[in-house]
Amino acid sequence: MIEIENVSKWYGSFRVLTDCSTRVARGEVVVVCGPSGSGKSTLIKCVNALEPFQQGQIRLDGTPVRDPGTDLPRLRAKVGMVFQHFELFPHLSITRNLTLAQEKVLGRPADEARERGLRLLERVGLSAHRDKFPGQLSGGQQQRVAIARALSMDPVAMLFDEPTSALDPEMINEVLDVMVELAHEGMTMMVVTHEMGFARKVADRVIFMDEGRIVEDAGTEEFFGSPRSERAQHFLARILHH
Amino acid sequence: MDFDFAAIHGALPFLWKGMLYTIELTLYAAIGGLFFGTLLALARLSPWRALSLAAAGYVNLMRSIPLVLVIFWFFFLVPVILQVAMGHERPPMIGAERTAIITFIMFEAAYFCEIMRAGIQSIPRGQVHAAQALGLTYSQCMRLVVLPQAFRNMLPVLLTQTIILFQDTSLVYVISATDFVGAAAKIAQRDGRLVEMYLFVAAVYFVICFTLSALVRRLQRRIAVIR
Repeated sequence: MIEIENVSKWYGSFRVLTDCSTRVARGEVVVVCGPSGSGKSTLIKCVNALEPFQQGQIRLDGTPVRDPGTDLPRLRAKVGMVFQHFELFPHLSITRNLTLAQEKVLGRPADEARERGLRLLERVGLSAHRDKFPGQLSGGQQQRVAIARALSMDPVAMLFDEPTSALDPEMINEVLDVMVELAHEGMTMMVVTHEMGFARKVADRVIFMDEGRIVEDAGTEEFFGSPRSERAQHFLARILHH
Repeated sequence: MDFDFAAIHGALPFLWKGMLYTIELTLYAAIGGLFFGTLLALARLSPWRALSLAAAGYVNLMRSIPLVLVIFWFFFLVPVILQVAMGHERPPMIGAERTAIITFIMFEAAYFCEIMRAGIQSIPRGQVHAAQALGLTYSQCMRLVVLPQAFRNMLPVLLTQTIILFQDTSLVYVISATDFVGAAAKIAQRDGRLVEMYLFVAAVYFVICFTLSALVRRLQRRIAVIR
């Protein structure tokens, strides 16, 4: 579903990604972790070309991302993305946030888009808030709406870029619960997160990044049981200590 | 010296016509200036260097020349240029009123451009990423996500600029257009009632602009609360 081949990226002369290669198969859940500044957010943004990269190739459902002939808006519409800071559109109601892209990108009729949007809103347990604006919702609620918004486009895969990092601790679980449910339904997911409990519970594989390189790419049990690299061992020791 | 209120009263119908033109000119310039200013702002922020340089050049030129000169320039030179370009024998007559509207739209576009540019840049990158990730094209992203927010954030500044514009339109008297000031000046000359006329005009400008400014301040507080 997602094939990342030897991707390298520079900001000016600074190399942020070095020869990253991995793949996410259909229905697979892959967690990407690593210390801050390790390039994991940059890598996931390369997958739908929000960040350009200078070397290598990424194929999304068979379509090359770094190709002048690729219709990027159409490609991006096929994969949902959830951001650290939610990024709901603050000037639009919750319902409009859910219907805008369905109508403008997929060309769905307004009533169909609304029905689909509200069904997903109900699924994340926020039907009562349909007429409110994003600023009136808590962070956890906004993130659940953001997930519903991404799902409204019927994506073939979902990308999560630190979806719980900006949330208060008591709101993290409400978002993770939605993500766990999605994973159990067989959604293809690539998740950048520090939530190792989530990784243990649903991830098929864990990728560990450091200084722009994929240092470790292993099955979940293998990663937590016996990480090969020293850096991953250190990272796990620190993050799992508490 | 006697102050003759009757002089004002008798001139009211003529002054009202002048005020209507002032309002008309302000509205045209504000709406046209905002439209072209937004296009200029998009051009300035464009990654295409030739486009952004051209827009920046235009904006800097307009902002570095006194408005009176721009008005003169359009009034006297543009008909000559049109005459040469179209091969006419005589310069085409454009008329002071129409010249003023075109001039003000072009001049204000430079100022509205800078306001909208600041507004667009105040929208976090994440908003653009979110719009793109949903599959919106560049123009959809601008039209549906970035520009509405930029406009809302900048509304108080845009209105303040429009109030300044309302005062600046009085400069059209240099090409003898009959705006509010122009009408008053004509009456003042005719009747020899300069003190009455110019005091009255000043009072009217003060009341209108002061009231509008107070409303903008209230709007600004309300926007701050919503945010």
